[in-house]
Amino acid sequence: MKANSPWVFLPLVGFVLLALLLASGLGRDPQELPSALVGKPVPTFSLPSLMTDETLTQDSLKGRWQLLNVWATWCPTCYVEHPFLLELAARGVAIAGLNYKDESAPARQYLAEQGNPFTHVIVDADGQLGLDLGVYGAPETFLINPDGEIVLRHAGDLNARVWQEKFAPLLEQSTQEGGA
Amino acid sequence: MAAEIGHLSLWLALAAALCLSVFPLIGVHRNILALQWYARPLAWVQWLALTLSMVCLGYSFYINDFSVAYVANHSNSALPLAYRLSAIWGGHEGSLLLWGWMLGGWAAMVGVLSRSVPLHMVARVLSVMGMISVGFLLFMLLTSNPFDRILPWFPLDGADLNPLLQDPGLIIHPPMLYMGYVGFSVAFAFAVAGLLAGNMDPAWARWARPWTTVAWSFLTVGIALGSWWAYYELGWGGWWFWDPVENASLLPWLAGTALIHSLAVTEKRNMFRAWTVLLAIIAFSLSLLGTFLVRSGVLTSVHAFANDPERGTFILAFLSVVAGGALTLFAFRSSALTNNKGFKPVSREAFLLGNNLILLTATFVVLVGTVAPLFFEAMDLKISIRSPYFNGFFVPLTLVLILLMVPGVFSNWKRQDGNGLLKRMALLAPAAIIAGWFAARLPEPSPWQGVLAIMLALFLVFAHMDDVVRRARAYNQGFLNGLGKLGRGYWGMVMAHCGLAVMVAGITLVSFHEVERDIRMAPGDQASIGDYAFVFDSLDSYVGPNFDSTRGHFHVTYQGEPEAVMHPEKRTYHASGQIMTEAAIDAGFWRDLYVAMGEPLEDGNAWAVRIYFKPGIRWIWLGALMMAMGGAVALSDKRYRRQRFANSEEGVSHES
Amino acid sequence: MTMILRTVFLLCLSLSAMAATDLYEFETPEQEQRFRVLLDELRCPKCQNQSLADSDAGIAQDMRVRVESMIKEGKSDEEIVDYFVSRYGDFVSYRPPVTPTTSILWLAPLLLLGSGAVVIVLLLRRASARVDDNDAADESDVNHGGDR
Repeated sequence: MKANSPWVFLPLVGFVLLALLLASGLGRDPQELPSALVGKPVPTFSLPSLMTDETLTQDSLKGRWQLLNVWATWCPTCYVEHPFLLELAARGVAIAGLNYKDESAPARQYLAEQGNPFTHVIVDADGQLGLDLGVYGAPETFLINPDGEIVLRHAGDLNARVWQEKFAPLLEQSTQEGGA
Repeated sequence: MAAEIGHLSLWLALAAALCLSVFPLIGVHRNILALQWYARPLAWVQWLALTLSMVCLGYSFYINDFSVAYVANHSNSALPLAYRLSAIWGGHEGSLLLWGWMLGGWAAMVGVLSRSVPLHMVARVLSVMGMISVGFLLFMLLTSNPFDRILPWFPLDGADLNPLLQDPGLIIHPPMLYMGYVGFSVAFAFAVAGLLAGNMDPAWARWARPWTTVAWSFLTVGIALGSWWAYYELGWGGWWFWDPVENASLLPWLAGTALIHSLAVTEKRNMFRAWTVLLAIIAFSLSLLGTFLVRSGVLTSVHAFANDPERGTFILAFLSVVAGGALTLFAFRSSALTNNKGFKPVSREAFLLGNNLILLTATFVVLVGTVAPLFFEAMDLKISIRSPYFNGFFVPLTLVLILLMVPGVFSNWKRQDGNGLLKRMALLAPAAIIAGWFAARLPEPSPWQGVLAIMLALFLVFAHMDDVVRRARAYNQGFLNGLGKLGRGYWGMVMAHCGLAVMVAGITLVSFHEVERDIRMAPGDQASIGDYAFVFDSLDSYVGPNFDSTRGHFHVTYQGEPEAVMHPEKRTYHASGQIMTEAAIDAGFWRDLYVAMGEPLEDGNAWAVRIYFKPGIRWIWLGALMMAMGGAVALSDKRYRRQRFANSEEGVSHES
Repeated sequence: MTMILRTVFLLCLSLSAMAATDLYEFETPEQEQRFRVLLDELRCPKCQNQSLADSDAGIAQDMRVRVESMIKEGKSDEEIVDYFVSRYGDFVSYRPPVTPTTSILWLAPLLLLGSGAVVIVLLLRRASARVDDNDAADESDVNHGGDR
């Protein structure tokens, strides 16, 4: 038998690398998008408020840690996540709402019937702020720090598990830093 | 009851596959002819058992047995019968069964059509196919059993077949595609059998080649059907999206095309044997990779199956055993396959090497572009790769490929007089350039890339016409007699190569000259593209078997003369509530007219309507069909039939 | 006579049929061309397998409108793509960014092509050394069209 040239192992090596790559992809959700806005300030806006007559701007999202929840009455998942938002609000978490591409009358009715977890609700009827925020559906939730910068973005419904895994660690870290 | 029988016969098939993968190989190693002989009957038992499973699943769909989970999820009592039956392969589990059934069928056919192949080789080949079958059947039985029952509370009616799949094109697209994927398993089995034997019979390529050609032809038709289906069913008017699922089918096709060409060299000259074996392994491994990509949920795609990482893990493990095992075998055994025959730098061998390099690079580009997002995701970089990347490589690669094809077809094996070759091409080039120059400005002037592509396509066609004439004349028995003497293998090649030219011309035409308009139209409105005027006459609605439809009535005039009547629809399917766009297409050899209804606009009566004028789009699929036909014609070549008789005497104990 | 009739008929037709208006209206064909290309090269973040041109999703509609208005404002293609990339990430563009990391996308195939070409050249040298110059060409396939 002739001596093997080392090149004959090349296809095998290539395949092993490919298999490792594919294995790393298993179990990951390919749909999940990181937000390009993490670490950046909330874009400037000037939009009406749902519950009052004032005009809200990006300044309304500064001054404390808070959530910005994107919701709409046409979004079935929003109904699902609503009780958890109420629970968070009851625990003292500040949540601002962004009523996304919705009509104001049914939106007010929705909050009256389901309960209102929001400190204030921004009306984004034509979805332009949503576009600036990189929103691609509802519900989505942003975590915003006192400087008005986006720290985290979560697409899909917010529930206890997501809260524990993604939001709680960041908030704890911040309170520790704040206390130190 | 049918479901239980089907389930049981799947286990029977597994038992047959296990026996098939073990006993004939033992027979080969211990030199026990009886055990080798068992390969063929075992392949048949396996296939018959799988056929029974298919029939049982089909019967469950036929009688609307919604206690079978797979039937409940993919059918509905209102679904027309043809779609109920095609729903067998409308989902993950059933399409796996189709895969397995076809694999069994290919093995059984290899058993029947291998009279000229020595028994020890048949035993090895069928054994390898049995091993692949074991993997698939285990996968099906352990993770994706189509016969699982939902008891005792089964639904009264099914969830319906995905409306996208309720389409005549989709009845035959998956079977064609799978015939191609699975068919490459035969070439793979021959390759592995050759490596196992350690010493390859010179006739090896002649045995493996027709199987590869058939598989390739099926795959070509399958891909073309998929492209055609996406064109008219998805409502976007595109014919290729570089979607991961499409790429998954293109990967084995490109590797298979390279394989067909390198098999030609191996058959004629008994050279490049290691390379051919490697390509056969790669082609089938890429078929399996496609299955993994579509079913594991690692990539986002248009028509991926329900995503399940557990299934992904299984297929990846299976892929690793099959591809990893074969490539390991290749690493240790391939040196026995090299041989020292020579050829000159200007020769058919040399041009075919160039062809293989281009096709391999193209395969690699598709592979990189498809899996790279996974790679970058591991570094937290989320990127998207589609046409700008792929076209950037494919356009130049295809044009270079055409430039290599012409001298490749003109050249002799072993050595070719370079000056003669240049002279022949130099005579044809001006004709192609002039004709291309005019052809490219027929509809309206093209940009230079379009002109170049048309010229090259014409160059390819002219070269083959010239070649046919020369070869027919070379017999010196009159031109027509000479034409008759040309072999089917040769005609097949001419047809397939011209198919590529037609496809390139079609792609060029539609890319540079299509016109799209997105417009607001209410009944009574008129829109025009060039000399075509589209008039939206009226809107009505009707109720289909399992959907409601809003239908537009359009008529089209060309320079004032009636040209076509078109009925685009917007359908809402009852069971799923899914809304589907049914585009209306007026197909023609030179151009398609395409009308799709988008969304109803605020003011109620008006719709967003998309209108296309698509010149040459039919040529893309026509070209693909010509390629597949070329494969079929080549297959009918005398030498594959004659060989069967010539070799049958030396059959059984032949060891070279 | 028929000519006249047809002209009259055509005239009536064009009077009765209101011309449809484009959903996206541009001042120049160049702008419309840019619009089409941009829609093809931007990915819908909602239905992730479709481009903006193909997607029916609400967000895709909003994005199309934004592309249209940005073109009319005189923004360049780059500015428009950057606008979306800064909000949705590199993901949203089908034209991957060229950075040292992503350059592997283009370099890897070129490397394969280049090294393959080198291997072929070496192979041709070796193979041609083995051919005796007095050997005849193997014309079996050539002259008989593959029919041996």
